[in-house]
Amino acid sequence: MSLITGILEQLINGLRTGSIYALIAIGYTMVYGIAKMINFAHGDIIMVGAYSLYVFTAILELPAAAAVILTVAVCAALGIVVERIAYKPLRNAPSLAVLITAIGVSYFLQNTALLIFKATPIPFGSIINISGIRLGNINISGVTLVTFVATAVMMVGLTLFVNKTRAGSAMRAVSEDRGAASLMGINVNKTISMTFAIGSALAAVAGILYICQYQSLQPTLGALPGIKAFVAAVLGGIGNIPGAMLGGLLLGIIESLSRAYISTQLADAIVYGVLVIVLLVRPSGLLGKQKTEKV
Amino acid sequence: MKKWGKAVSFIMAASLVVASLTACSGSGETTADTTAAGETSAAAGTETFLIGGIGPLTGSAASYGISVEQGAWVAIDEINAAGGVKVGDTTYMLDMVFEDDEATEDKAIQAYNTVMDEGAQVIMGAVTSGACIAITPLTLQDGILQITPSGSAEACIANDNAFRICFSDPEQGRAMADYAIDSLGYTKIAVLYNNSDEYSTGLQTAFEEEVKAKGGEIVASESFGADDVDFNTQLSSIRSTDAEVIYVPAYYQAATYISNQAKEMGMEIPFIGSDGWDGVLGTVTDASTVEGAIFSSPFCASVDDERVQNFVKAYGEANDGAVPDQFAADAYDTVYTIKAAMEQAGSIESEDMIAAMTEITVNGLTGDAITFDASGAAEKDVRFVEIVDGAYQYREE
Repeated sequence: MSLITGILEQLINGLRTGSIYALIAIGYTMVYGIAKMINFAHGDIIMVGAYSLYVFTAILELPAAAAVILTVAVCAALGIVVERIAYKPLRNAPSLAVLITAIGVSYFLQNTALLIFKATPIPFGSIINISGIRLGNINISGVTLVTFVATAVMMVGLTLFVNKTRAGSAMRAVSEDRGAASLMGINVNKTISMTFAIGSALAAVAGILYICQYQSLQPTLGALPGIKAFVAAVLGGIGNIPGAMLGGLLLGIIESLSRAYISTQLADAIVYGVLVIVLLVRPSGLLGKQKTEKV
Repeated sequence: MKKWGKAVSFIMAASLVVASLTACSGSGETTADTTAAGETSAAAGTETFLIGGIGPLTGSAASYGISVEQGAWVAIDEINAAGGVKVGDTTYMLDMVFEDDEATEDKAIQAYNTVMDEGAQVIMGAVTSGACIAITPLTLQDGILQITPSGSAEACIANDNAFRICFSDPEQGRAMADYAIDSLGYTKIAVLYNNSDEYSTGLQTAFEEEVKAKGGEIVASESFGADDVDFNTQLSSIRSTDAEVIYVPAYYQAATYISNQAKEMGMEIPFIGSDGWDGVLGTVTDASTVEGAIFSSPFCASVDDERVQNFVKAYGEANDGAVPDQFAADAYDTVYTIKAAMEQAGSIESEDMIAAMTEITVNGLTGDAITFDASGAAEKDVRFVEIVDGAYQYREE
């Protein structure tokens, strides 16, 4: 097998993990943009999504399409509930209090899953049964194809929603200036709830794709992709939606290529090294707006 | 003034307690020493022989210790039901105290002191390597026979009084390399191992050395980290070589991800693995992903073998239908090894039993004719299990 095929294969591997990172990173970045908080419980929404899918398909034996829709609905609802109960009372609290609360919510979700489903990993067969395709020497699995298509659809849909709809403009307005937006008659609470719902729905999709890829459920499965996606969001410029997409894809590709051609051990170090360099050169991330602080 | 008096007496009492505690920990070893000697001579008059078991019953490695304790009880009950152990004119019934060490060094030392205080005449343990190494200086000092069922690190049996039932990691790695080249006929081998785990790296290093020594070729040596779930990158790299087989010395969860992702990529290179693969059929969603995989394993509960099935049945009846793993089997063999050493020595003194250890042969669950060399290592054939039609099977040679 030639070097070119090898590189192409690794690029596809990177794009696939990158797509999942991007979907999660969008949730981080939207919530940050609008609520000005880092929702560390976001990674665990992925886990809830994965377990919901398991409950709907393996236990309740619903058809795949219905299970997917219900899973997304469960996660969106969970996002709204978490925001109402945990974050809304802290809207004017110092950001440290909100951050700690988010970590608390994360532990709460993980431990609830631990109580219900126990720590032993549960095997789960993929609901995506599409056969892969071969392009020359390169094999692309069905799950990979679905991941690419789903991510692309989500991203295009989200971009249109944010830029073309009234609700989208409301979100952008709240993100820009919450006080002014509220003066203009925008319902800030409703907009924030909607943001959490959309972010969590995307996390649910990420969870579904993740579980079809790796086929094993455990209560901590959201932690690592959650952290990676957070890095992706910061890399792309936190608060910026195209930035999160770019950051996620870049992160996946860098990770995959450095694993394959430099060193498995150093792959994470390289990923975080890139983050450090980007932040040194552009402190607000790749696509983040440069703000000059007036003193 | 009265108040002051109370305070002073409290402080004095407290300091007394502290002082006595410090004294305890300082002289702990000698206390254990004298108790042990006293109890041994006292026990010779009675007809009970007490095994001191040490292993994790709580904490992250709890399942290992629990398996060892339960496996040992199956053997003890069996031996007692068959009339105990005859040494000279005396018949001994076996009994066991088992102390939790949480798989930590300091708790292992406490557990050792406790079982010695209770009069243990032989030590079975510790179950995990780190804890086992921590108690070896104490068992050497006390001159007591120590047999670890499962401590695979080299240092566990560095002393003359210490023996081991399981294979060391390097032994297992070498055995798999020999088997892959001599019996399976592979020459170009790829390795995919967990570089953050001592078990995995120990196997990998020995395996690669032995393959090279045998004239085989390691065409790829890829690694992964502790919590990795994505192995596509490493598998892609392996596919770009001309590897005929992939050796995965890892636990079953990683093996599950790896075999599944390999199949999804359309890879058809077969897998060989280590004893950590035992259990893989419980975690794969599609048994065809591991079909044909061969791994080295001392024990496998689902193979069709009368002795194994009797053990599985007895173990299940005693423990709510639980299925024994290799730790339970190692412990079972440990108890039978102790029995053989008592009979061979014609004595229950540790000194005689230690001398007898190199003369005995034990037909165990983890090996047909287990013998021990002077280093303390068990010599037995490595067994290989193949996954055929979604079930484990010993490979017959």
